[in-house]
Amino acid sequence: MELKELIQQKLKDNFTEASFEFSEFRNELSVKLNKKYILQVCKFLKENSDLEFLLCEDITAVDWATRKNRFTVVYHIFSIKNNFRLVLKSDVDESESIIDSVSSVWKTSDWQERECYDMYGIRFNNHPDLRRIYMPEEFEYHPLRKDFPLMGIPGSLPLPKK
Amino acid sequence: MGLEAKLNGDGFFVTKIEAIINWARKNSVYPMPMGISCCAIEMMASADPKYDIARFGSEVMRFTPRQCDLMIVAGTVTYKMSHVVKKIYDQMPDPKWVIAMGACTSTGGMYRSYSVVQGIDQFLPVDVYVAGCPPRPDNLLNALIHIQDKIGKTRPKDFQNLKLPELNVIQNN
Repeated sequence: MELKELIQQKLKDNFTEASFEFSEFRNELSVKLNKKYILQVCKFLKENSDLEFLLCEDITAVDWATRKNRFTVVYHIFSIKNNFRLVLKSDVDESESIIDSVSSVWKTSDWQERECYDMYGIRFNNHPDLRRIYMPEEFEYHPLRKDFPLMGIPGSLPLPKK
Repeated sequence: MGLEAKLNGDGFFVTKIEAIINWARKNSVYPMPMGISCCAIEMMASADPKYDIARFGSEVMRFTPRQCDLMIVAGTVTYKMSHVVKKIYDQMPDPKWVIAMGACTSTGGMYRSYSVVQGIDQFLPVDVYVAGCPPRPDNLLNALIHIQDKIGKTRPKDFQNLKLPELNVIQNN
């Protein structure tokens, strides 16, 4: 069985109550899932001996601005064993922009989630140290949101006195 | 050759103390290399044998502000970094000069965005701006010559009654 089909089959078998949306773009598989399953699915993908997605390459988000579920959190994970890359996507709404942290699965996702929090304001449940990573800690905005102006908000970042 | 050839007779000459201090000062400018990004590579190149900043007496790049009198700010200054740059500048002893090296430092350059200071003259008194992205080492040497000219024109009263900078302590985690 091809790996793409195997992943789909395994996810469907192990998470019967979750509904997955599979799609393919340029030969890469992406899986859309409900945010409440994200931690379990990540743990499963990493620990299953046939899949072994040991490497979390990136966690980022997309701001759709006017859509109902405003943000999509995107996980790029890689299986060294199979030389295979998988994309996980999960919608998060603005009113409840909180999703489970996967830093217990991949340690690297600690800082990636901090970046995601800094830039989009999405909070991560059970994150060990959820602080801003780029912007100063007293900064009030989230720069990669679509409603943030490119030149920033005047006076929001203090300069030293001349 | 050199100084000895200029001295005639008994080997002394009369000048103003101001002139000799300026002469000494402008030929021994100690730069503080504030290399923040890629301009720093060109700044390093200006110290290599091909361009040789030592010809102007400025080869002693001290990595401590306390021994420097010229700050070469080479690179993009973000709002977060601006406090560090200012803190280092404040530690340099007077008299001191600043070169804003490159487009980013002078105007924000191609980083027209929320995180980059659009020109370090918003918080530092800049003496010479260097154009280029990054500027060639010759261009930096040209800036140094401009600084030397500026030092040559200073008079003692320019440095009298200078106010000490206000101390502001920034707590960074």
